[in-house]
Amino acid sequence: MKLSGIQPIQEGKVNLNEQEVWIDGNSYRNKELSFDIPITGTIYGTLLNYRNAYTQLKEAMYQEPYQAPPQAPVLYIKPQNTLIAAGSLIPIPEEEQELDMGAALGVVIGKTASKIDEFHALDFVEGYTIVNDVSIPHDSVYRPPVKEKARDGFCPVGPWIMSKTAVHNPNELEIRVLVNGELRQKSNTNQLIRSVEKLLADITEFMTLAKGDVLLVGVPENPPRVKAKDHIHIEIDQIGVLENTIATEKASVGGRL
Amino acid sequence: MKHARVAYDGLIQEATVNGDGVQLLDGRLVTEDEVVWLPPVQPNTIFALGLNYADHAKELSFSAVQEEPLVFFKGPNTLIGHKGKTVRPNDVTFMHYECELAVVLGKQGKHIQQAEAYDYVRGYTVANDYAIRDYLENYYRPNLRVKNRDGCTPIGPWLVDKEDVHDPMNLTLRTYINGKKTQDGTTADMLLSIPQLIEYLSSFMTLYPGDIILTGTPKGSVDTVVGDEVVTEIEGVGRLVNTVVGEEVLQNS
Repeated sequence: MKLSGIQPIQEGKVNLNEQEVWIDGNSYRNKELSFDIPITGTIYGTLLNYRNAYTQLKEAMYQEPYQAPPQAPVLYIKPQNTLIAAGSLIPIPEEEQELDMGAALGVVIGKTASKIDEFHALDFVEGYTIVNDVSIPHDSVYRPPVKEKARDGFCPVGPWIMSKTAVHNPNELEIRVLVNGELRQKSNTNQLIRSVEKLLADITEFMTLAKGDVLLVGVPENPPRVKAKDHIHIEIDQIGVLENTIATEKASVGGRL
Repeated sequence: MKHARVAYDGLIQEATVNGDGVQLLDGRLVTEDEVVWLPPVQPNTIFALGLNYADHAKELSFSAVQEEPLVFFKGPNTLIGHKGKTVRPNDVTFMHYECELAVVLGKQGKHIQQAEAYDYVRGYTVANDYAIRDYLENYYRPNLRVKNRDGCTPIGPWLVDKEDVHDPMNLTLRTYINGKKTQDGTTADMLLSIPQLIEYLSSFMTLYPGDIILTGTPKGSVDTVVGDEVVTEIEGVGRLVNTVVGEEVLQNS
């Protein structure tokens, strides 16, 4: 984990049930710690990798402008201006009323991965984190979603990287999204069309993933739609909880709760 | 001044380039052939423009009138320096170059007005944003399999300070394959000018030093094959050389 005000990455032990973190033999409550962005590389997102999300678009895939279902993984980049830490404020642009919360499992790459095969794919993984792929709601997926997905603060990530040895099977993780304490979405990575391993193999066939890069394996269908002041809680089994609050753009530069 | 990043004698270092050669910052003066040329900038966010020249859009059968500029991002894995080698997969039928003026930003800004846009520019370099059209699909198009491949965006040889480029909106761009001219255009034909692009992008996201904007290519993109030497050249900025190689170079011999 990366703690605010400390340059090196810290190792700690996490007790998810008790919301407790152990660092160097000392125990802290999660809320006592100020988490910084735990990753250093490029964030790549994957579209249409949940069965139901794919099904929702399936009919349109045979029509203009799509013409045919996608063959390769459909990817996009969340640039550096989008990254914010757990606990930071997510800015809602002045002209928008609502945002979509894309709860995503982030696979953190541990060593350079180029043309790797599915069976060894997890050897290249350092661990997993939680990512909120924030979007301005949009229907068309024909053009790259720059204006919709690349706004400042549109990619909360954290609170930490859970080492892969602590995660039994990345393709069997339940993801829950609570907004203001109310359960708004429940999904599971067992609904991925391409498994984590298959996705890594298919992507590194044509582009190298470097140590520190993060691959979002997909965003489940019907992302919760939220508005200013909403509190967002994304929980992934065996990994942890990522919490952020929506705020106006002006209020949110480097802002904390 | 021309600023480069090169590898020489086992060290990556910054250098300036002048009529005498490559001046390493450690004091040594060497020739252009003695160094390994690296991308002149370690990038922050890399933006690329699609269809930013009306004649190229027409060539690809697109209407020049779009609701929004076509912008996409590229990862740092795509960049490769001057005199580098770019792989053409063995199974493809159409891989074309795109000679583009690359704008390197030097200052942070949001909601930048056109009139102040050049204050945020550090300088310019040449990019060749190869595309492999066989892999084009209609989802988040141009998709990453077309545009985010390792080493498919040669850039360089150097960065030229903006003070040394009199009018970036009036520069000749030319591409040569094996010495034969195949592309001839001018940045005057961009649909959205550099100040317009900076105003547009910064209207919804913060731009940072080290961000690079690839401003699009004019018409004249033709297929390149293994063995081709592709030279993309922009008047007053630089002449970027790249060689197309087959996948065999990635395999053990």
